[in-house]
Amino acid sequence: MGLLPGVVVSLAPTHQHYLLEARQMQALSFTVHIPLVCFGIAFPAMVVYLEWLHHRTGQPVYRQIAQRWSKVMVALFAVGVITGTILSFEMGLLWPNFTATFGSVFGLGFAIEGFSFFTEAIFLGIYIYGWNRLSPRAHLLSGIPVIIAGFLGSMTVISVNAWMNHPSGFRLHDGHAIDVNPLQALFGNPYLWPELIHMYIAGYIVTGFLVAAAYALGRVRSGRWGRYERTALAIPLTIAAIASPVQVVLGDWISREVAQTQPIKLAAMEGLYKTTRGAPEHILGWYTDDQVKYGIAIPKLLSLLAYHNPNAVVKGLDTVPPKDRPPVNITRISFQTMVGIGTLMALLGVFFLGFRWRRRRLPDSPWFYRAVIAAGPLSVVALVAGWVTTEVGRQPWVVYDVMRTSQAVTNVPDLPIGYGTLAAVYLGVALAVLWLLRRLARAPMDTPPEAGPGTPRPGDADTGPAQAGAA
Amino acid sequence: MHLYVVPVIFVLAGLVFYTVLGGADFGAGIWQLIAPRGESGDRIRQHAHESMAPVWEANHVWLIFVLTVTWTAYPTAFGSIASTLSVPLFIAGIGIILRGAAYALRAGASTAGEARRIDTGFAISSVLTPFALGTCIGAIASRRVPVGNAAGHLISSWTGPTSILIGVIAVLSAAYLAAVYMAADAVRHDDAELVGAFRTRALIAGALAGAAAIAGLAVIHAEAKPLYHGLTTGGGLVALIVSVAAGMAAIGLVWFRRFEPARYVAALTVAAVVAGWGLAQQPVLLPHLTIAQAAAPYDTLVAVVVAVLAGGVILFPSLALLFRLFLTGHLAQSAPAAEPHPPHPGGSLPRGARPSVARLALAAFLAGLILVVFMDVEWGQLIGVACLIACVILGFLAVDPPALASGEEP
Repeated sequence: MGLLPGVVVSLAPTHQHYLLEARQMQALSFTVHIPLVCFGIAFPAMVVYLEWLHHRTGQPVYRQIAQRWSKVMVALFAVGVITGTILSFEMGLLWPNFTATFGSVFGLGFAIEGFSFFTEAIFLGIYIYGWNRLSPRAHLLSGIPVIIAGFLGSMTVISVNAWMNHPSGFRLHDGHAIDVNPLQALFGNPYLWPELIHMYIAGYIVTGFLVAAAYALGRVRSGRWGRYERTALAIPLTIAAIASPVQVVLGDWISREVAQTQPIKLAAMEGLYKTTRGAPEHILGWYTDDQVKYGIAIPKLLSLLAYHNPNAVVKGLDTVPPKDRPPVNITRISFQTMVGIGTLMALLGVFFLGFRWRRRRLPDSPWFYRAVIAAGPLSVVALVAGWVTTEVGRQPWVVYDVMRTSQAVTNVPDLPIGYGTLAAVYLGVALAVLWLLRRLARAPMDTPPEAGPGTPRPGDADTGPAQAGAA
Repeated sequence: MHLYVVPVIFVLAGLVFYTVLGGADFGAGIWQLIAPRGESGDRIRQHAHESMAPVWEANHVWLIFVLTVTWTAYPTAFGSIASTLSVPLFIAGIGIILRGAAYALRAGASTAGEARRIDTGFAISSVLTPFALGTCIGAIASRRVPVGNAAGHLISSWTGPTSILIGVIAVLSAAYLAAVYMAADAVRHDDAELVGAFRTRALIAGALAGAAAIAGLAVIHAEAKPLYHGLTTGGGLVALIVSVAAGMAAIGLVWFRRFEPARYVAALTVAAVVAGWGLAQQPVLLPHLTIAQAAAPYDTLVAVVVAVLAGGVILFPSLALLFRLFLTGHLAQSAPAAEPHPPHPGGSLPRGARPSVARLALAAFLAGLILVVFMDVEWGQLIGVACLIACVILGFLAVDPPALASGEEP
């Protein structure tokens, strides 16, 4: 951006002793919020699909699952609303200089997100509380804006993050952004699409595996395996199983974008100190003394992956002064965690799809269901690890190569008090949500779930024996 | 009018909506907090919950709207305000977490006792949040927020008389708005007892809010002379007179049990107060920072204004639908219930795997793989991504999970 780092501040220079705590507080808030975002992205589509199945077949089991899931959906949305609000507060509470300097560039993304959030909240309210107030068709349709808003919301928020990673659409003059073109900054950014689609697909994988894991747990633990449970497992599991291998390909795409636009982040992800022609890829290991130790080196693979040329030059951390380098081990281990778990999930998905193709039924082995149970929380770990990779890998910059995180931070003293308070409150919220989910899972069905396929369930007056036979 | 003023109007309008709608939500929490024990208290708490549950999230988004428009259109002012007022904003944030958590948890309550513990356990947030946000308004209005990164005093910036006053008024008017709103709701449910209970509450809270507002003029006169001057001359004076008249009319309407119009007149009161504040303070946003100086570059302002107007075209009809559904009970009585939904005769799902679709999905995956990995031009990669998304959809159809799940017995 043609300006010396260090002068970019709209408000005042900062003297914050607790920069690390501020970053951790932000990371905590993200970590709490991001899994809920996944449910905002993917859950409405699954619930609406089930309702559509009910409309199409008249079979009550679909409506029953849709109604029970929608209770979970609204509770998770409520928690997502509040954790998202905290994130928007933190834009000012933790990073006032960032917002003051660049709000005119990136702020529009959040302003548009506000409207998609409105749409989501309004139609979710209509959907959840409208089961018996709207005609069936109107009710089904009221779910559609929720799905669209979920996509638009992620798009606008990711557009801001993509801009922080690959900033454009402004010039700097005396620490002020001038010649601002917010649309160019947010939506004319080549980094937007890989990041958005990677996250959007992640939303389906996380939601799919987590929901499937709940029913896999019921099967393994207490043998609950009626039509209801099988359906409630098969739908999210199928989505996650197909999305996981696709995500591997998308991951390759985004990492090549990172190689081009943020070479230092790539160097940190790979632990590459020296700029290298034909750089090797290291699996596992620990970065110390400017190299990866105890790792398995595969010659030339990094050059091949990043530039499709085994002899390509990959920039190392040595191309920038030490103060411009991100923390390597956090970035690298997070990246490897994401890739490792992602690969395992893709294998699980391929196994499931292959089994379905060959045997035309759901697997029987308890080990398959144990793997699904593990995939649920592991998918969240992969999700968070991916975000840690991109956020820590961008350090020490909040806006890559333009503004340092240390320039963005607030001057407020005693940040650890706020950090501790928020951590305690979020711990309480997490426990409360666990309590709630167990409660919702144990709440008696409107009807017994074991009533086998085709048996009409009371409360679903719409099923006569004739339709029941069709099941 | 200059373009740089337009986002201020949006922000103030957003504040009015948040005060009227979000305020009623917090007010409902206040009435839950101070409801008597026992059966009648349980009914008040339950009614407060049911009135607000479908709409609280949408009401809450107004705050997000205010924040995002402010930081986009007036970034320097936003950074200064948020850093100096980080303590009350943090308190408000914690209050919002607790309030939202209470709504979420309510879904898991299986007995009246549990519901009571959740309502009252979290209801303190309903006092904290409007009070803390009110003190922030007071801090800005009394010019205690200088430009800079946490340049103002972290405590005394928001604990001055004007801040405390506006915090108290915010709590009282939240309680008042909620009581009016829930009285109207109780009328709809033909529940005379609840109507009476909330009418009394509305009258008490309204009288207290009005008294605080009038006494507040003296406080503002003592502490915030420029604001007082602005409120007692020109447009500010007009707004002040409108707000006093509307406030008294709203209480009168509650007295005569005309709750529905009372809500709109109460909203007008809030709007007049906020407008009066804006008129009294302009053109100054923060000390030594005018609105014109604080405004973002021209292109950003255009983008914000267009985005808000376009968003409004979607937002207001949607909001109207939501409120019509839940607040007037209009459709609740006239629309047929969803239950007697005629199933499609013989509408079972197509059975069995669909090899052709599966092959298509596989082909889409391979095409996507090759395009994404090996095309080095952007359009090629985007086509590849489209193939991958098609693969997910086709693959889902091919697997046909509903059929897969239906075929198997325990």
